[in-house]
Amino acid sequence: MEMRRTPILGMWGSYRTRHQAAFEESRYSLRVFLKDRLALLGVCLILATIIVAVAAPWIAPYPDQGRGASNVKERLEAPSRAHPFGTDASGRDVLSRVIFGARIPLMISSVVVAAVLIIGVPLGGIAGYIGGWIDELVMRITDIFLAFPALILAMALVAFLGPSLRNVAIALVITWWPWYTRLVRGMAVSLRQRPYVLAARTMGVSQWTIIRRHVLPNALGPVVVQVSLDVGTVILEVAGLSFIGLGARPPQPEWGLMVSEGREYILSEWWISTFPGLAIFLLVLACNLVGDGLRDVLDPRTKR
Amino acid sequence: MPLLSVSDLTVHFNIRRGLTRRSIDVVHAADEVSFSLERGGTLALVGESGSGKTTVAHAILGLNKPQAGSIVFRDRDLLCLPKRERRAARRGMQVVFQDPYSSLNPRMTVHDLVAEPLRVGSRMQGDELRERVLELLEMVGLGTQHLWRRPHEFSGGQCQRIAIARALALSPDLVVLDEPTSALDVSVQARILTLLHRLQRELTLSYLFIAHDLAVVESVASQVAVMYLGTIVESGPTEVIFNDARHPYTLALLASVPSPDPEHRSEGAALSGDVPSAIHPPGGCRFHPRCAFRMDVCEREAPPLVDRRGRRLACHLPDSFDLSAEQEVARLARATTTVEEPGRRPSARPRPTTEVPPKTRRRW
Repeated sequence: MEMRRTPILGMWGSYRTRHQAAFEESRYSLRVFLKDRLALLGVCLILATIIVAVAAPWIAPYPDQGRGASNVKERLEAPSRAHPFGTDASGRDVLSRVIFGARIPLMISSVVVAAVLIIGVPLGGIAGYIGGWIDELVMRITDIFLAFPALILAMALVAFLGPSLRNVAIALVITWWPWYTRLVRGMAVSLRQRPYVLAARTMGVSQWTIIRRHVLPNALGPVVVQVSLDVGTVILEVAGLSFIGLGARPPQPEWGLMVSEGREYILSEWWISTFPGLAIFLLVLACNLVGDGLRDVLDPRTKR
Repeated sequence: MPLLSVSDLTVHFNIRRGLTRRSIDVVHAADEVSFSLERGGTLALVGESGSGKTTVAHAILGLNKPQAGSIVFRDRDLLCLPKRERRAARRGMQVVFQDPYSSLNPRMTVHDLVAEPLRVGSRMQGDELRERVLELLEMVGLGTQHLWRRPHEFSGGQCQRIAIARALALSPDLVVLDEPTSALDVSVQARILTLLHRLQRELTLSYLFIAHDLAVVESVASQVAVMYLGTIVESGPTEVIFNDARHPYTLALLASVPSPDPEHRSEGAALSGDVPSAIHPPGGCRFHPRCAFRMDVCEREAPPLVDRRGRRLACHLPDSFDLSAEQEVARLARATTTVEEPGRRPSARPRPTTEVPPKTRRRW
């Protein structure tokens, strides 16, 4: 790029000039997003959760107990200076466990979202753009999955695969991809007849390139919005499955599991269930706030 | 040999329903359409919406699958070629669509939009690609300062220029213009038409111009083909069609150019009713349910498209039939709209009532 053999190339410009349009667009979107106080609050909460999750071994007062080591001498102690969130039935510090527990929903939701996007988006694009029997086949398969309530299907799958966090992630991917395939497929069907796609066809661009370059990028807006709104639900489902004993196994510091472990003591030792429950509440709330904010920025239907 | 010659082109669309995707009905989008286009010429395809003009254009561009007929482009029948050769042959024809915004991918920069056909079609890259992109942009009146912008930052006219630059990238012989100016302001329309005219002269391009704006057609086309419900009813040199139209539908089209004068409107409202369904087109001549001059034979037999009086015509009316009154109406309707802008000076126009016999006014 720096070799200027002709005067024309001198005007070619830097990376910055070549991507100016993209720069300006993202700056505009960021400005709109930052005006939304609630979304900003959500971003802060999520960032805080990420920092806590990463730094857990250093900031948790009792890292061993956070990972699951029991301490029978201090069972069921009320919140105090030594244990701000109290201790549970095995004498473990609840604060340390809540801190370590932040890692699980973050990990699982990112893995699930990534897997769902990798499966759902290309499949939807291919089904919608190519159409015909491929479309019909893919859509009938998604219909089968969508015929069951998502949580019930996930429960059945985990029960079949055996309870563990890995199997929860697999079950969630299996129940969630059809939604994304349908979403992208609908977009692809409408994009297929767009003049710029027809023009690309007359230029001799192959159909894979058309899907990759013209269809999928223009179908991504609603997908991003959907992802940000769904992350909270994924976190809730992980916690829910663990609560009923289908997800994390004791002594993992999973919030849903911790709520479940505190059930027997809820009337006297309320802190065992309350603090992990609050953690779930705050993280899911933060995800939904960010999702709403993103929708306002990205979804053309809500643009003012 | 003409550059493009289409004969007996038939495009049907099946309407499919249910699990088995069985075809329950057929849309006759184009039936036995024939025309040819000389190198450097402009053929206008005109008709109401639903007449099949876009279907024909899409068939030529390979965007749908014709049931029958042939499309001979540069002496090769595109419908008989193997897939790869067909794709290569079609590089010689490109398209410009009506809506300038939706014909450009909103996520691509001007550079990428214009470079895409060059990368795909001629595997160009590096300095060669850059120089060609700039050359094309200059050809349509854009420059380096526009290179890294995206379509939504441009006006409709500028977007249409980008689309034209992209269409010219592979040096096509034929450019299909699918109502290229009807989404633009009148002043911008004129500039785009001038640009298209200049490019045609400089690059010896042939245009297949699809339009419903007859004033535009008269100024750009050397040949006109009038379509109705998937068939060509009349085609020939522009002067012949515009000054001596013989098909009742052509006459109605010419007379139906909107007029602001209430007194003139009765003559302008030439056609009543909607275009019949292309799923079950009328038997015989497809125009007969709306035709003012229909005869018994029109309901039974479809008139063939034959050479008559210097044009090709599909009508049962004999050559001796006097259509001069209708031609007069059409001429006047056109005179009021092509000379002046509609709605500007409704009074400064010839009054047509004296020239038109009352008989024809009642019928039309």
